[in-house]
Amino acid sequence: MAGSVWRSMLTHVARAAKRPALSSASFSRGLQTVTLIPGDGIGPEISTAVMKIFEAAKAPISWEERNVTAIKGPGGRWMIPPDAKESMDKSKIGLKGPLKTPIAAGHPSMNLLLRKTFDLYANVRPCISIEGYKTPYTDVDLVTIRENTEGEYSGIEHVIVDGVVQSIKLITENASRRIAEYAFEYARNNQRNSVTAVHKANIMRMSDGLFLRKCREVAENYKDIKFTEMYLDTVCLNMVQDPTQFDVLVMPNLYGDILSDLCAGLIGGLGVTPSGNIGANGVAIFESVHGTAPDIAGLDMANPTALLLSAVMMLRHMGLHDHGNKIQTACFDTIRDKKVLTKDLGGNSKCSEFTAEICRRIQDMD
Amino acid sequence: MTTRSLRSLSGALKPLFNGHLSRPPPARYGGRHTVTLIPGDGIGPELANHVRELFRFCCVPVDFEVVNVDSSMASEDDINNAIMAIRRNGVALKGNIETNHNLPPSYKSRNNLLRTTLDLYANVMHCQSLPGVRTRHRNIDIMIIRENTEGEYSSLEHENVPGVVECLKIITKTKSLRIADYAFRTARAKGRRRVTAVHKANIMKLGDGLFLECCKEVACGYPEISFDSMIVDNTSMQLVSRPQQFDVMVMPNLYGNIVSNVCAGLVGGPGLVPGANYGEDYAVFETGTRNTGKSIANRNSANPTAMLLASCLLLDHLRLHAYASMIRRAILSTVTETRLHTADLGGQGSTSDVVQSIMNAIQSTGPQTLSI
Repeated sequence: MAGSVWRSMLTHVARAAKRPALSSASFSRGLQTVTLIPGDGIGPEISTAVMKIFEAAKAPISWEERNVTAIKGPGGRWMIPPDAKESMDKSKIGLKGPLKTPIAAGHPSMNLLLRKTFDLYANVRPCISIEGYKTPYTDVDLVTIRENTEGEYSGIEHVIVDGVVQSIKLITENASRRIAEYAFEYARNNQRNSVTAVHKANIMRMSDGLFLRKCREVAENYKDIKFTEMYLDTVCLNMVQDPTQFDVLVMPNLYGDILSDLCAGLIGGLGVTPSGNIGANGVAIFESVHGTAPDIAGLDMANPTALLLSAVMMLRHMGLHDHGNKIQTACFDTIRDKKVLTKDLGGNSKCSEFTAEICRRIQDMD
Repeated sequence: MTTRSLRSLSGALKPLFNGHLSRPPPARYGGRHTVTLIPGDGIGPELANHVRELFRFCCVPVDFEVVNVDSSMASEDDINNAIMAIRRNGVALKGNIETNHNLPPSYKSRNNLLRTTLDLYANVMHCQSLPGVRTRHRNIDIMIIRENTEGEYSSLEHENVPGVVECLKIITKTKSLRIADYAFRTARAKGRRRVTAVHKANIMKLGDGLFLECCKEVACGYPEISFDSMIVDNTSMQLVSRPQQFDVMVMPNLYGNIVSNVCAGLVGGPGLVPGANYGEDYAVFETGTRNTGKSIANRNSANPTAMLLASCLLLDHLRLHAYASMIRRAILSTVTETRLHTADLGGQGSTSDVVQSIMNAIQSTGPQTLSI
């Protein structure tokens, strides 16, 4: 028992020493442990698909499957199961399928619990047009980075008098600085040219003004990245006319929520959009943002693309760029070919066939 | 302009007018209306001049009272003068007044001040696909009704401790009921079938929850109109993939900002869509997306369509429907001519070319203007 604790401590220290939280240094010696949370509905099938594809690509990942359900901890607070938390704390990297949010269950949503437990402050969504999945928008290549802890979603609301409700939008210096730093680090590590802060400081002078000031301050330390600021309405207007003018967008919670979904719509919807959540202490959880699709669960009809692309994001985050590129190319080639596609992509193949096709392409590449 | 000639100017297009304001606007002397004109900043002044030029050409019985608002002045006298002028005349046509967001919070947005002081509670934007304008989506016809005075734009902010700022979003039952009622009344008047409320009540349970409750309550009184609701992030996703599914949309202030800009982008950009702000007693017309267009100011390259269509909405509001139809018809026929498209539509035409073409179109159709 003590031995394994020592070993895990040592690997933790060694890993931390080798890699600062957000760099793309390669540490592909031995297997990396990743906590896998299959989720509900179609979650287990698409997780299996991803594991199969990773095996075919010989990615050095060892999966630790955990389930998350809300349980009441000591003191009456809702929390995630301790073994899941322990696994995440150890591996620092997680891959999550869709979780269902039961209505009136008495506990907050699982996503919220995870966010609070690991302080997942940044939600990153790269939106790249998928060749072969036609949408009215081609050539989309942008990343939305959204502050995930405060802003309009602080959940602080009051009924002041009957018929008058006040919702509080909270902006703090620390959270704004943290997200701005992450955005610039991401831009630097992924060879992006510019970061645009999206705001509405003409109306919300103090709050968005604070956010903007922090972004400007952080931009001073990253002179190699171009920094611009743009009003939210201008971004929306230009985004639907010409999305190619945007690169990395950083913004507070609400604008981020809407804009990231808007960008997902540009490339084809939530079924093909990857997403990653970055937390304090180097924790990162990558997830598919679509729903659990209970109507097709268990029927081998699900599309694993979203979870797969999130897993590719995860590989890149861990520095395993080669494996990530291989898997992504195989996936995009399969979609471009249009021969084996799941129902939502316009074909009528099964999930297992789609997975097998991608595995075949990967093996052909070697 | 005699009454006989007025009657003969019946337009072929049925006017899109705000039918429920039963009182005629106040400032009407000797058959001529007085309208406040606030040029604003950026492309505002040149577009305002084009409006005046066009109205003069068409002999529209409207006199403009120009009130300049200097956005760099710290004192609020300018905007208060403008507000007083609008109270006097009842209607206004305005360009966007720039807000320098680097100034301290004591400097409030002039546009917002105008809207809240005059209680222009409904912002209405009708986004329609125009023939001749190439866009990714076709057959869009969405009417966006946005609450214009409360919500996130209450400008109530404070810094609790250094580094922690709170911004209050206020939703009240009275204003939510009012805007919902406006939306349904307008939908009924224009023969629209479906009203969609856009919200984020799954997260902001009390605030947007109240808004949604009010909409549902009002919907019960309009059984012929179907009502549904949609969460704002799903709405934006649906708008860029299948915008044809939407009919009338009603929403609080900030979501309205986002949705109206997305829809304007979908039908061709900020140069094409007019916007109207209606209150109980006043109405102010402007371009839909409220841009100053600083970067293209004074270059004769701005698209005048939005401002000119806004002036047609103004004419409809003043019950000068014949003039409104005549000008609107001419504008729409000019927009379909691709070689006259301005830079924002991908062409190389200039603003004056477009306005000249509109005037030619009017001249060739109306008998009255032949002799000018």
